[in-house]
Amino acid sequence: MSDSTVEELVIISGKGGTGKTSIAASFAVLAGFPVIADCDVDAADMHLILAPSVRERHEFRCGNEAVIRPAGCTGCGKCLELCRFGAIVAGGEGEAYVVDPVACEGCGVCVRFCPARAIDFPEPLCGEWMVSETRCGPMVHARLGIAAENSGKLVSTVRREARRLAGENGSRLVLVDGPPGIGCPVIASMTGTSQALVVTEPTVSGEHDLERVLKLARHFGIPASVCVNKWDLNPGMTERIEALTVRSGARIAGRIRYDRGVTLAQMQEKAVVETDTPAADDIRRVWDSLGL
Amino acid sequence: MIVSVASGKGGTGKTTVSVNLARTIGSGVQLLDCDVEEPNAHLFLRGNETGSDVVTIPIPEVDESLCDGCGECSRLCRYHAIVSFGSTPLVFPDLCHGCGGCALVCPHGAIRETGKRIGVVETRDADGITLIQGRLDIGVAMAPPLIRAVKARLKTGTTAILDAPPGTSCPVIATVRGSDFVVLVTEPTPFGLHDLRLAVDMIRELSIPFGVVVNRMGAGDDRVHRFCRGEDIPILLEILDDRRIAEAYSRGELVVDALPDHASHFATLLWNIREETRNTGGQAEG
Repeated sequence: MSDSTVEELVIISGKGGTGKTSIAASFAVLAGFPVIADCDVDAADMHLILAPSVRERHEFRCGNEAVIRPAGCTGCGKCLELCRFGAIVAGGEGEAYVVDPVACEGCGVCVRFCPARAIDFPEPLCGEWMVSETRCGPMVHARLGIAAENSGKLVSTVRREARRLAGENGSRLVLVDGPPGIGCPVIASMTGTSQALVVTEPTVSGEHDLERVLKLARHFGIPASVCVNKWDLNPGMTERIEALTVRSGARIAGRIRYDRGVTLAQMQEKAVVETDTPAADDIRRVWDSLGL
Repeated sequence: MIVSVASGKGGTGKTTVSVNLARTIGSGVQLLDCDVEEPNAHLFLRGNETGSDVVTIPIPEVDESLCDGCGECSRLCRYHAIVSFGSTPLVFPDLCHGCGGCALVCPHGAIRETGKRIGVVETRDADGITLIQGRLDIGVAMAPPLIRAVKARLKTGTTAILDAPPGTSCPVIATVRGSDFVVLVTEPTPFGLHDLRLAVDMIRELSIPFGVVVNRMGAGDDRVHRFCRGEDIPILLEILDDRRIAEAYSRGELVVDALPDHASHFATLLWNIREETRNTGGQAEG
């Protein structure tokens, strides 16, 4: 079934802590039962507002991990010689070598070249993804295991399942709460999306990071809009950021004022637009400007 | 002493703590900006650029004249970065982790490694503070190799502060590994506490002593304090939610310069960190 009729809005930021999740939760309320995808897999927070009832859990395996069998290890040190990631720890006198599971990137080189064939290569469980029901719509979300890798792959999984769900139940919108930064989890959350909303803040850091994330959006040919959250903390910087937005070929989506009511809503486990704090109107206007 | 500043949740104040701590320590300290995707420390500690080096990672290059399409490289690669369909393999540089396996396993010596640019490491001198920052090229997926390149420039024997990226996965781990102490910056809100718990789990997995800074006190409630008390986690500093701090930050000003009444906070934090590292003697978990 083609999902070409399903729009997808990805909310990103570049800089962390600008308000993506707070705004995404409000959009989930305003959007009329979208499929929600929490792609900030290593610090997922949407569930704290949307209170999901989990309906399905699925295992996530991110790759392999090398494990040396102590009885088989001859202490030749070949693994240590070949490992590019500093993941092999030499044994003491007469002791087996050990793989540091946190440093191991699962490349398999030591496994392949151990002369004693003493290294196993299991595929550990490193997280899970869930399909849940919320008061705003179905939600696909995930939990990455402690010190696990490959968050990009888990992000792709969450998005793929959200799109599949939208295709199945006839939803017109997939709403994605994205991660901060510009690296692999962000790239995985953005590629092929219909549009991105960048939530930024009126600070030198916000401006610097916005420029980079807009470049990333252009790199992938994704139409982007920008909204400045907490805009009245620095109106001059807000204007500079809006000028940067236009120069970068992106759209201005609006401004949201600094409002303690945003944090109060979070503490009440409500989306901002489920309260009557002033910022709620600002968020509604940003949503309207997106035309979804 | 190597101190990393991390968080879990973004926007809690890692860079604020890092740059103000560096300024408090003063001349001779190194500040490593390991948030290579979005480095911000230089916006607060300007100074003069003293060096810039391009960083590359090794990716495979196949000599077609030697390749017989056997596919050994493709079978070894765990990342689908080199793929053979019975002919000369295709290389997908963005997926390559630089493990060198394909070059090693090729029976015909047809694969050599060349450097693919991923970003730069820049050094600056800001009033005696040495700032070393990584800047990832736009479109490059993996941060850890560039983070390792930043850390390779760390000089032992002096104090270093590492400003980590947000989150709890591989870029943060690459930053924090090998530190003597980790400062986790949080805010007293539901998102703040939730992500702090994830960060604490990660740091405990790495067995590094740590403590918490609670920023924006007053903006939420006491849930973070209750959590820290229950887990016996030291709170190293509390910073009151003060709009003037947010405004100074928005202008790229150091708190210790713009708001002298807050300057002693960072001296207190430094003292508390030193006390904690003395007490724990570099062993697991404070």
